[in-house]
Amino acid sequence: MARVVVDVMLKPEILDPQGQAVQRALPRLGFAGISDVRQGKRFELELDGPADEATLARIREAAETFLANTVIEDFTVRVEEEAK
Amino acid sequence: MTVRVGVVTFPGSLDDRDAQRAVRLAGAEPVALWHRDKDIHQVDAVVLPGGFSYGDYLRCGAISRFSPVMDTVIAQARDGMPVLGICNGFQVLCESHLLPGALTRNDSLHFVCRDQKLRIENAGTAWTSDYAQDQEITVPLKNGEGRFVADEHTLDALEAEGRVVARYLDVNPNGSYRDIAGISNAAGNVVGLMPHPEHAVEPLTGPGTEGLGFFTSILRKLVNA
Repeated sequence: MARVVVDVMLKPEILDPQGQAVQRALPRLGFAGISDVRQGKRFELELDGPADEATLARIREAAETFLANTVIEDFTVRVEEEAK
Repeated sequence: MTVRVGVVTFPGSLDDRDAQRAVRLAGAEPVALWHRDKDIHQVDAVVLPGGFSYGDYLRCGAISRFSPVMDTVIAQARDGMPVLGICNGFQVLCESHLLPGALTRNDSLHFVCRDQKLRIENAGTAWTSDYAQDQEITVPLKNGEGRFVADEHTLDALEAEGRVVARYLDVNPNGSYRDIAGISNAAGNVVGLMPHPEHAVEPLTGPGTEGLGFFTSILRKLVNA
């Protein structure tokens, strides 16, 4: 049993107006010194079995075709915990 | 012959009835299509209407793109069947990779609802042949995620190939690159448009009737085919 995390972020060249709005709100709340904010999505996938290479390859395929739109987004796939 | 134009209803579609009405006012027969039904009942063309299909979960149009009806629509669009995606329908077409680019959050972060002036820059597509080249029209626009983006190479190719179908005039309401309001595929049978021509088909309920041309264009094309 394992948990796999897929992080999806807008590509650097794509404007992120939500992140900008968050960044602009931070100083008003007293949080200084943060020059940029980018907002993304995190998916936590709980697997029935182990996170072996074949399973991870399928998850990368799911991320590429569905979880992320690779026209505007990049993604990373990582195994978070391998339960005993 | 009676031209039959299918209008897909996804869970969360809003403008399917208005699109059906526009099809009827143009002189064709609207056919209601259901997202879970692969069968599109031998329609001659398909409209993917506006709305918030699947609640815009994940990304706008991302889940609708995998609905059973879209398997058939995508396959037949590749074979030349005319398809018009309006607003959420445009998002579905981009997610389906029938059209390039993507539609992202408006740069203002605000939902924008206004009567929008457009220029029809390609009057040669299946959906715009009843317009004059560079004709200016006004139709309603209403979106929160209507900002068309694509990489520079794709944008240059769209311009060079005449695939920018409509461009925003006076105001760019959502920050779309190069003021793009609508594009087509290379063959010209698939068109995506962020503004709503189906809301400008009767003087009583819209800013005019300048949206009707999208629906009469397809009728004329299919009758002459």
